[in-house]
Amino acid sequence: MPKWFVPLAAVTALMFAASPFLIANAPYEATMGLVQKIFYYHLPSAWVFLLSAIVCGIASARFLFGGSPRQDRLAYAAAELTVLFGAIVLVTGPLWARKAWGVWWQWDVRLTSSLMGWMVAWAYLLVRKYGGPGSDKLAAGLALFGMANVPFVYISVNYWRTIHPATSVVPTLPVDMGVALWFAVACFLLLFVLLLRLRVYLEEQRARLDTLYLSLDE
Amino acid sequence: MIRTAWLVLKKDLTVEVRSLEIAYTTLFFAVSCVLFFAFALVKEGKAPEDGAAGILWIAIAFGGTLALGRTFERERQSETLRALLMAPAARPAIYVGKLLGIVALLVAAEIILVPLVAFLFQAPLLSHPFWLGAVLLTGTLGFATVGTLFSAMLVRARSRDVLLPVLLYPITVPVIIAGVRATAALLQPDVELALVRFWVALLIALDVVFVTLALWTFEPLMTD
Repeated sequence: MPKWFVPLAAVTALMFAASPFLIANAPYEATMGLVQKIFYYHLPSAWVFLLSAIVCGIASARFLFGGSPRQDRLAYAAAELTVLFGAIVLVTGPLWARKAWGVWWQWDVRLTSSLMGWMVAWAYLLVRKYGGPGSDKLAAGLALFGMANVPFVYISVNYWRTIHPATSVVPTLPVDMGVALWFAVACFLLLFVLLLRLRVYLEEQRARLDTLYLSLDE
Repeated sequence: MIRTAWLVLKKDLTVEVRSLEIAYTTLFFAVSCVLFFAFALVKEGKAPEDGAAGILWIAIAFGGTLALGRTFERERQSETLRALLMAPAARPAIYVGKLLGIVALLVAAEIILVPLVAFLFQAPLLSHPFWLGAVLLTGTLGFATVGTLFSAMLVRARSRDVLLPVLLYPITVPVIIAGVRATAALLQPDVELALVRFWVALLIALDVVFVTLALWTFEPLMTD
């Protein structure tokens, strides 16, 4: 593991411990009240969810055409984190929506495309786990198609929903809210970097173990 | 290139016409799907609004998955896919031949499915035959493009029967959304052709992207 890992992990843990206080101190939003606080964890996890999906897609493309196992390990780790952060997004979202929109789920652009991205990440992991030999390439192909899909889901659902009034909450944030939000974003980004590094490390060790086993057999 | 694709297509069609195995099983399965939905959804002779559009596409997607799995299972059992890949032919051409075979099979199934759905759900599906044909053809092509690539890749994988739908459905969601919405638009009492045209344009764009990606990735994906 790199030297920066443990100190950074400690910093991130402290920041996460501090973030509820900042969020609690941020002013109440006038119409939604307490439930708006979900937003401070929802939005950062959504950004990290998208970021890890992009990392997975790019690493997959590079693996498919370059063949470097490092990129493959990175893609695998990113896909797992996509599922993790996607789960946070998809749990916190409906909790907020129930209060703000009155429904748990709406077939809106963002929601549909997030769900689809999440499902592609799940499919990626399922292929990796149950596909047997050669599944790394298969999964990389899937990730590529998954990436190409995002704009289409976006366009199609957007067009379909224009008939209905869209619930748009434009975040024109006061300073206190902004501080809490950006602090939470930093927390989640650091968490993502740490988990990604840890997960890649795990895969590196696994690959090393495999080569050791192979050399033992020979 | 075109000749290779044509030869692969001809081979697949010849094999299929001799046994009709995939055609019959796919069709039977798709028809069963439609019947189940008819039992569940049609009450007192009235079908839910837009129901026919969704059910037609579900039947195509489910039947298509079955056909895709079987097509490559046949190649796997007799080890002919290896022979095909070893042939001194461009890989993309082989892919195109396979793809056209599956599209032909699915279009044949749709020719029977559309009247059946129209009949069971009292849907005016055939009032705009040209646009319906365009929607079905572009949608089927998009679905089959991804399906052919993935099922070809899965030939070597373990538990391939389970994994095909797992891979295929999340990726083809935009195709299904566009197909269902376009078909639903065609079922309205006064059809808004601009809306249908938009969805068909989206389907064509999807087809272009999917075909390009598939031709581009087929070679590295099928190489060990």
